[in-house]
Amino acid sequence: MSNIFSTSIGRKLLMSLAGIFLLTFLVVHLGINLLVLRETQDAFNIAAHFMGTNPVIKVFEIVLFGGILIHIIYGMILSIQNGKSRPVRYKKDNHSQTSFFSKYMFHTAIIVGIFIVIHLFDFYFKAKFTDVVDSVTINGKHYHDLGELVIEKFKMPVFVFGYIFAFIFLSFHLHHGFQSAFQTLGINHKSYTPIIKAFGVVYSILIPLGFAIIPIVIYFFR
Amino acid sequence: MDFTLKIWRQENAAVKGKFVTYQINDISPDSSFLEMLDQLNESLIDKVQKPVCFDSDCREGICGACGLYINGRPHGPDDAITTCQLHMRKFKSGQTIVIEPWRAKPFPIIKDLVVDRSSFDKIIEAGGYVSVNTGGVPDANSIPIPKANADLAMDAAACIGCGACVAACKNASAMLFVSAKVAHLSLLPQGRVEAKERVRKMVDTMDELGFGNCTNTGACEAECPKEISLTNIARLNREYYAAKLS
Repeated sequence: MSNIFSTSIGRKLLMSLAGIFLLTFLVVHLGINLLVLRETQDAFNIAAHFMGTNPVIKVFEIVLFGGILIHIIYGMILSIQNGKSRPVRYKKDNHSQTSFFSKYMFHTAIIVGIFIVIHLFDFYFKAKFTDVVDSVTINGKHYHDLGELVIEKFKMPVFVFGYIFAFIFLSFHLHHGFQSAFQTLGINHKSYTPIIKAFGVVYSILIPLGFAIIPIVIYFFR
Repeated sequence: MDFTLKIWRQENAAVKGKFVTYQINDISPDSSFLEMLDQLNESLIDKVQKPVCFDSDCREGICGACGLYINGRPHGPDDAITTCQLHMRKFKSGQTIVIEPWRAKPFPIIKDLVVDRSSFDKIIEAGGYVSVNTGGVPDANSIPIPKANADLAMDAAACIGCGACVAACKNASAMLFVSAKVAHLSLLPQGRVEAKERVRKMVDTMDELGFGNCTNTGACEAECPKEISLTNIARLNREYYAAKLS
């Protein structure tokens, strides 16, 4: 009897669990990001410091990177298998009634994946492994002035556009991904599934919109 | 009605195939798609050419043999029907109709539009049955089954194994077929006994045969002639986790 994670449904289970974990992470990340829009960046810098130093968060950081890797690696394994299952393709494109975004999960994932790599180099690695981020003193304590770094980046149109572009594709990815994760977990109920689907659509619009508003506000109003 | 047909012709699995264009005229709007193909074949035979091979059997939408991929949709441009139930009035006169076989690695082409769907038989052989003789029809109400479960089992049992789900799926996944069979049996007391072993074996066989993975796109549900619901796939997932993790 095969190991559950070497079977199609088992691999999808891992993908959906990792996906749901990443959905919760996005909410936390957005909550902290929105602090940068306050009068001063103090609250944002303190929150960023907490996220970078708290031992519990550090454990979660490893879980987070694990989650991202599992989601990516299993996504690739499943996609490669899916490609092999139809070696000769149809001449006529499929016209079946399906949700549009569900057909392009791999494509939207690639754009989001590239964004994550650039994003990590722009902020995470800089703060973690280099001294290029300026220091700021709040109530006598020293913090990385990541708030200033964010504002500096979002004064550049290329960053504003790039950031918004990535979040549009994240929105497309979440539009199908949210409800798909629950279906894979086996959660499909005639009363609750319409609620999950509606919540998923709202989530896939509001969360990326929340992220995308930040560079717009900074670019035009700071 | 007149049509231009682009049909996939392939002598056997070992040789390369190609599309061949045929012109067909004076087709009644009330003729079925298969009757239209019959007329084409008669005209080809008259011209001493090889007729187009396609599967068909009952011609009343219950056997699932007549699988054709017509203009980008399994069973053509209508919902909840098999190809034999498709009528030519669903097309416009003068239209070009592209007819392809089911495309999936586990469904190799036998000839022209005929594919070998014995992969589905192998999945059924792996566990899609009740392995003890359940005897004759029991007296009514001697085995109490909740009405809701009886309805769900009946809906799942409507699957005719035509393979449209695999043909429509962008991943050539057989999850809708397998889920219908698993749901049908696991919802009834006679099938419940072997439910865990059944779901493990059927999913393992499905994977081994090279079907793709489900990405919850829903093309299968949209094209199923028997309107098998995606809720069956969620049930299959639940059954599978319960079987694997216990």
